Amino acid sequence: MTVTVALVLEQTLNGLQYGVMLFLMAAGLTLVFGIMNFVNLAHGSLYMVGAYLATAFAAWSGSFVLGAALALPATLLVGIVVEVVALRTLYERDHLDQVLATFGLILFFNELIAIIWGRAAIYTSLPPFLGGHIRVLPGVPYPAYRAGIILVGVAVAVLLWVLVTRTRLGMRIRAGASNRTMVSALGVNIRLLYTLVFGLGAALAGLAGAMAGPIYSVQPGMGEAILIQVFVVIVIGGIGSIRGAMVGAIVVGMADTLGRAFLKPMLATVISPPAADKAGPALASMLIYLLMAAVLFFRPEGLFPARGRS
Amino acid sequence: MAISRRTIVLGVAGLLLALVPPIAALTNQPFYVDLFRRMMIFAIAAVSLDLILGYGGMVSFGHAAYLGIGAYAVGIPAFHGIDNGFLQWSLAIVASALTALVMGAISLRTSGVYFIMITLAFAQMLYYLGISLETYGGDNGMRLAARSKFGGPIDLDQPMVFYYVVLAILVLFLVLGGRLVESRFGMVIRAAKSNEPRARAIGFSPFRYKLTAFVIAGGAGGLAGALLANQTEYLTPEFMHWTRSGEIMFMVILGGMGTLVGPVIGAVVLLLLEDVLSALTAHWQIILGPLLVLVVLFAKRGLFGLLLGAASRDG
Amino acid sequence: MRTITRVALVGLLAALIAAPAAAQTVKIGFITTLSGPQGIIGEHMKNSVELALDHLGRKVGGLDVEMIYGDDQVKPDVGKQLADEMLKKHKVHFVSGVIWSNVMLAVAPTVTSAGTFMIGTNAGPHELAGKMCHELFFTTSWQNDQTPEAMGKYMQDQNITDVYAMAPNYAAGKDMISGFKRYFKNKVVAEVYTQLGQQDYQAEISQIRAANPKAVFVFYPGGMGIQFLKQYAQAGLRGQIPLYSVYTVDEISLPAVKEAALGQWETRYWSPDLKNDANQKYVAEYRKKYGKMPVFYGAQSYDGIMLIDSAVRAVKGDLTNKKGMIAAMRKADYKSVRGPYKYNVNHFPIQNFYLLKAVQAPDGDFAMQIQRAVFENHKDAYSAECSMKW
Repeated sequence: MTVTVALVLEQTLNGLQYGVMLFLMAAGLTLVFGIMNFVNLAHGSLYMVGAYLATAFAAWSGSFVLGAALALPATLLVGIVVEVVALRTLYERDHLDQVLATFGLILFFNELIAIIWGRAAIYTSLPPFLGGHIRVLPGVPYPAYRAGIILVGVAVAVLLWVLVTRTRLGMRIRAGASNRTMVSALGVNIRLLYTLVFGLGAALAGLAGAMAGPIYSVQPGMGEAILIQVFVVIVIGGIGSIRGAMVGAIVVGMADTLGRAFLKPMLATVISPPAADKAGPALASMLIYLLMAAVLFFRPEGLFPARGRS
Repeated sequence: MAISRRTIVLGVAGLLLALVPPIAALTNQPFYVDLFRRMMIFAIAAVSLDLILGYGGMVSFGHAAYLGIGAYAVGIPAFHGIDNGFLQWSLAIVASALTALVMGAISLRTSGVYFIMITLAFAQMLYYLGISLETYGGDNGMRLAARSKFGGPIDLDQPMVFYYVVLAILVLFLVLGGRLVESRFGMVIRAAKSNEPRARAIGFSPFRYKLTAFVIAGGAGGLAGALLANQTEYLTPEFMHWTRSGEIMFMVILGGMGTLVGPVIGAVVLLLLEDVLSALTAHWQIILGPLLVLVVLFAKRGLFGLLLGAASRDG
Repeated sequence: MRTITRVALVGLLAALIAAPAAAQTVKIGFITTLSGPQGIIGEHMKNSVELALDHLGRKVGGLDVEMIYGDDQVKPDVGKQLADEMLKKHKVHFVSGVIWSNVMLAVAPTVTSAGTFMIGTNAGPHELAGKMCHELFFTTSWQNDQTPEAMGKYMQDQNITDVYAMAPNYAAGKDMISGFKRYFKNKVVAEVYTQLGQQDYQAEISQIRAANPKAVFVFYPGGMGIQFLKQYAQAGLRGQIPLYSVYTVDEISLPAVKEAALGQWETRYWSPDLKNDANQKYVAEYRKKYGKMPVFYGAQSYDGIMLIDSAVRAVKGDLTNKKGMIAAMRKADYKSVRGPYKYNVNHFPIQNFYLLKAVQAPDGDFAMQIQRAVFENHKDAYSAECSMKW
């Protein structure tokens, strides 16, 4: 297989887009984790809920954009309900409790979705206005929808950054993360704040789900498929920082994509092709974990930790 | 000297477990010997996890890796015709302990959720490695050619003999583990869990102690894996998947972290629940999920804690 | 004299006790996956089993029947525990089902070495077709390699060359491609193994476009298939490079991908549109009772119950007559939904394999349609390794 410059460029673009997709999923998680020190395994479930709701609303309204737009507040609502009913008491607890409790929520949500929509995957399709291709590179028709994902991801990154650093709400969020007691003594309703942040995280997860629906399989358990990778992203990037999530996502997206594409041919230049055939795919699946281990070895808190944290 | 509630619970539990085979024989229900044996094997794995999780505060999602390594330490030699139990089980313990040494040396440099993630990553790497071992079945796994042989009266093909071997190992682990956590070594681990800077200030190097505990737990987990391979007579890389680690962790939490005996109760109850619930409905996970949440929220000291009541000591 | 009388009395007593007992209940254990994302497959299998029992009037071979279902959670050790429970606690006469090869390899030997019938209704690992064949093991499905063999043969016969092959990197994936290559002898441009459970195939699709093969052959079961098909179509490759597959497009995934699968080729031993009485009844009743199209997993499970019924009927309900049931099963003397077939020495079916195409009916529904037969009475490749003779 010949590796041309055009192919390398195309794969780089693919890696970028995959990274942006990961960022969309990671943004909400790192926000909740960083601001509230809360490990939310059920983030994947909210992503799944977003995908299902967006599909349902799109089918009902006939418009993909309307479906996604309705899914966001709906997922936000689901997130808030979950937070108020089940998760409030967990903020004070250690990470293990949070991991286990939210893992329990994963089981619950998977079954709930299976009961409502059945276990089989449901049908999703690209919105017609994004169904075409754009000529990014000569001879390479790039799916317009994927380009759309990149745009949405970048827009979300910018909006989040503006929200957290330039608005009063963002200021309160950051202050609350720094010193909860002091902020509440100053009159800010910390409980409400945390609920809002969790809701925001849920909405982001829902957005990721809505965007993923047309290209991925929408079925119970779809959240777990991405969950590990998303955690790897925020761990590499540094927990709590949007910048870290973006960097981590791009790094993981690139490493994974380029690894899958080029690891085998690269290995084949040093070891025999049959051995490369076996080692290539195995190594490619381990790649992001090796990457994470390497990053943590040199920087035990990730690349851009939000603040010094034990 | 008054006999503590803890000893009573231990004694009763041990007695009940010891009575399962005769009762099963009397009621002509040999299946229960198999069922309880499987529970005890997972209990051994859970106890080994409790050592580092409950007493050391190390939330390792890679613990299931030792189950896999121990299982393959039995399966691979058996595949090549070596079925000497002493050899296989020693290999299981040593290989797991060495893996724990490597895993721990790297992971224990981090803490908190980073520690969780890196142990998870290690488990996944081992899992993918296992899948790529085509000679030994890859992800299909492989049958155990023959159960481990020990010679003499210890014939694992006899269900009851196998059962009592497992029970003996479980009791041994509980006794040794109990001694360990009450020893000077155990005190340092527990001190480091509750306040690491203070432990360092007193002059201990928590890293070395934690690593040692990690290695001990790893070796013990490997033995559980060897037992599991003999029990199922089939082994797959899926034994090492991080979700298995999660299940074992659930057993520890459900039973009671930091008690050593709690995880045994947790393993028995969880596996019983799974067996009973899955026969009732295909949607059993919608019951188990919220149950997990409730246990974490309200029954932090687990079932053992409930049994002991207010008089229990902190782990 | 007294001794002879005593012996005669004992003999008479024994004969009376051993005489066919009053209406016994047949106990059948069925192991499948009922929870989690793959639970959809188990759901189809269980539905089909229940439908078969309905069609038999809730009696198997004239006897009352008790079905015990078990959820293996896709884990071999859980599967084995279920088998143990069914054998020792429920004392079943038959264990049936099992979707996954690794679960089957743990369950089948457990069942057969306990002297009980194992009637597999999906997994067909080559070990059980070859060295580990057993007189108590029968399957109503296929040997795993047969389906890709059929595709390989078809593509070879069509003189297609420069094929790009892809599958997930696990045992079944490798088996599919090696089965394909057993009959496809032309050039395979690349053999790519992707990560199990991978969601995004954009990178691999770019590689395909760069390699510019004449055809693409894939094996992507479950969610992976849905993802790959959607992304393949979205990349614009669907019209350009023909896509051939096995176990990727079926009645479960088709409703989720619809037009993204249009024109795709598959090979299978059965399809809902196969024309015979038993199948037409099965498909029509399944759709009526469950509101959806049956899938091959279900068809096999339906046949499994029918096979058991034929055997019990042949020995007139005497479940202790295992030799008789083995002989009866070997005849495959029942109305299978795939039409009549024979059993190979290893108790795997010798059956036809058809080329299927995903089409859209005038009413808008998507379905798989049989185009032609690729193999007639095809035997699996491992029967020579089986030492059974009959």
